[in-house]
Amino acid sequence: MFKLANLTKTLVLAGLALGLTAESIAQSKYSGIGRPATKAEVIAWDIDVRPDFKGLPKGSGDTLRGQEVWEGRCASCHGTFGESNEVFTPIVGGTTKQDMKTGRVASLLSDKQPQRTTLMKVATISTLWDYVYRAMPWNAPRSLTPDETYAVLAYMLALGEIVPEEFTLSDKNIAEVQKLMPNRNGMTLNHGMWTVNGKPDVKATACMTNCTKHISIGSTLPDYARNAHENLALQNRAYGPFRGVDTTKPPLPQLPGKGMMSVSMAAAEVISPEALFKKQNCAACHAAVNKGIGPSVADVAAKYKGQADAIQKMHTKVKVGGAGVWGSVPMPPHAHVSDSDIDVLVKWMLTGK
Amino acid sequence: MTLKNKTTPIGRLRRAPENFVTQQFADEVYEHGLNETRRGFLRKSFVTALGATAAGSAIAAEGDKAILEKQTWQTTLGQPVAARPYGLPSKWEEPLQRRESPGLTRVSAASVAFAPLQGFFGIITPNGLHFERHHQGWYDVDPAQHRLMVNGLVKQEKVFTMDDLMRLPSVSRIHFIECGANTGLEWGNVAVPSVQYTHGMLSCCEFTGVPLSVLLDMCGADLKKGKYILAEGGDGSGMTRTIPLEMALKDVLVVWGMNGEMLRPENGYPLRLLVPGVQGVSSVKWLRRIEVGDMPYAAKDEAVHYIDLMPNGLHRQYTSVQECKSVITTPSGGQQLLDKGFYNISGMAWSGRGKIKHVDVSVDGGNNWRRARLETPVLSKAVTRFNLDWVWDGSPGILMSRAIDDTGYVQPMIKQLREVRGTRSIYHNNAIQAWKLDTNGELSNVQVG
Repeated sequence: MFKLANLTKTLVLAGLALGLTAESIAQSKYSGIGRPATKAEVIAWDIDVRPDFKGLPKGSGDTLRGQEVWEGRCASCHGTFGESNEVFTPIVGGTTKQDMKTGRVASLLSDKQPQRTTLMKVATISTLWDYVYRAMPWNAPRSLTPDETYAVLAYMLALGEIVPEEFTLSDKNIAEVQKLMPNRNGMTLNHGMWTVNGKPDVKATACMTNCTKHISIGSTLPDYARNAHENLALQNRAYGPFRGVDTTKPPLPQLPGKGMMSVSMAAAEVISPEALFKKQNCAACHAAVNKGIGPSVADVAAKYKGQADAIQKMHTKVKVGGAGVWGSVPMPPHAHVSDSDIDVLVKWMLTGK
Repeated sequence: MTLKNKTTPIGRLRRAPENFVTQQFADEVYEHGLNETRRGFLRKSFVTALGATAAGSAIAAEGDKAILEKQTWQTTLGQPVAARPYGLPSKWEEPLQRRESPGLTRVSAASVAFAPLQGFFGIITPNGLHFERHHQGWYDVDPAQHRLMVNGLVKQEKVFTMDDLMRLPSVSRIHFIECGANTGLEWGNVAVPSVQYTHGMLSCCEFTGVPLSVLLDMCGADLKKGKYILAEGGDGSGMTRTIPLEMALKDVLVVWGMNGEMLRPENGYPLRLLVPGVQGVSSVKWLRRIEVGDMPYAAKDEAVHYIDLMPNGLHRQYTSVQECKSVITTPSGGQQLLDKGFYNISGMAWSGRGKIKHVDVSVDGGNNWRRARLETPVLSKAVTRFNLDWVWDGSPGILMSRAIDDTGYVQPMIKQLREVRGTRSIYHNNAIQAWKLDTNGELSNVQVG
């Protein structure tokens, strides 16, 4: 009996050592939960592309086709030359031929470059392929084919002068192009923040008394920014020990005293057309003056100026969507926005009121 | 006409920001009534709030009107049950909302809404005020159509429905989620006025779900070859993040519950990953896939963004752990003390490496520190609330808090962080926050040294 028990114990230990036990226990313990994924399902969802190009679909695309895709699907947000407009940070710029040799973007050493472009930062070309295919264009993700993705990536790299103006990128040569990436050696894992047991890089001490002789203030909010986040009095409770500062006014000359009078917050807030425009996400595509994904408010107002049925026309367009008369991205339908809200928005777009 | 004789309020009760009248002025009005000069001042400074003024402040000789006079809520019938079947906060709490920081982002579907930490108590974030960060907008996903796939280096690639997942034995744990870019605007200089914008990409909730290790077990994950997992979201951005397998097996959860109800759509309904102690982007929302692999994936949000530029021109990649940090939430920047005397200094402390051990508070710009009280519970990788008694004598000061976690790590000053990391790294700013207090009772955001 004793021997048998011991034998069982040995077998269990052997099973644990092989790493099989936990799985078989879990599989039997939670019977009836989950099901095997089919091959087609895994193919449909497993679209990630790793730095070693595992997961990269076969295919190719050239810069000429890339330019077509870029100008039709990308340029409205990212700019004709990848410089981006006011909406998104730029993709192209800030890299040199020398950077392509060293694999380190030299301009990252200084603050001279106003913005860090994507090509200044990214070390792995797989990242760009994966992301463009996965999530672009921004308002219609997963609409590019693998070949279009190769093409548009080739075009971006050509804009960055990493590949020639006429170039075909494919699964066959992408590993070679990786060797040209300007910041391919620009990443480091030498830090303590990847795992919980990582070693911190900054060591402070917990002094308790007489810790510093001279206390200097290095930075404050400039006066002109006092009300930049709108009135802080309206972002705090109107009662209790800590009221919000009235940032529409200069600082108080003296301590107000505890008899300071509370204000009522009872008035229901009437939402302004501008705020409604933002709330209903119109601002995602329509800027005030500049063309974004869709036409600007100013352009729309100009187009409909003087038309008697402008409000009705635009109301319908917002509600059921358009056909894409302003560009390649048509106005989507907005059935969920109430008629009264649409009227407020349309009137505001046309009249500014 | 004197104020104390006035019984009918002038004007409607309306919200008015012009809510400050000095004690001296109030006393003067009380003593001498409203003459034309004083009336003029009032009309100018808070004319719309005059009704509230008369009703709410100067106490008449016989006592407080709030006691002496009957109010509507004493003398009329109140609302029935279930008048609001899903409860809402009081209308008086309307100022405390999630807000965007003007100019920070240009597209509201890929933006941030900051939580009003200045109004929070304790450690739990109310679900409606959890900060928001989306990369390609949010959706209210149909839970009946949501699936979680586990694939890669596993014996059996599997698909789970919400029905499947919610049958499994669940656990509930309280953890913080902090965006890696929280306080990121302040690396170079002071940029925003209040704790909502300096630290508002922080939340702490009780999450309910199943340990990821259970799902990996059920699929027979190859723990020898497997070194990392990729977590992928079901939104348009298809958010993907790499997590070391060791971490994934330790305390990572696949969650659906948040403070006793389902996740809010803005927070990943019906399913998200929760990676305790790690920057929020890894807690992938609308979680649809887990892949087990043998190398990091260098996804966009770990190869183009969420990388930290160092002074030597190198970017630190896969910086994940949120190091020990604290902030005084009351009183804090953009707030106003009314008078001298007793106050409770209160704030939040948290560490991605474990529990908070101590929090020290200074009111003199960091020269002298006092140990604050830690309120229970004190949990690993969760927000801990600290409090300190304080009597303000009316002199100017600088309020700061410094947290120490159970690894012995001490929250650094901003200058100590800059000495190592420069000013361009955007992410992982866990510096000590300073609030300057002026003699007029106003607090503002400053950086010391």
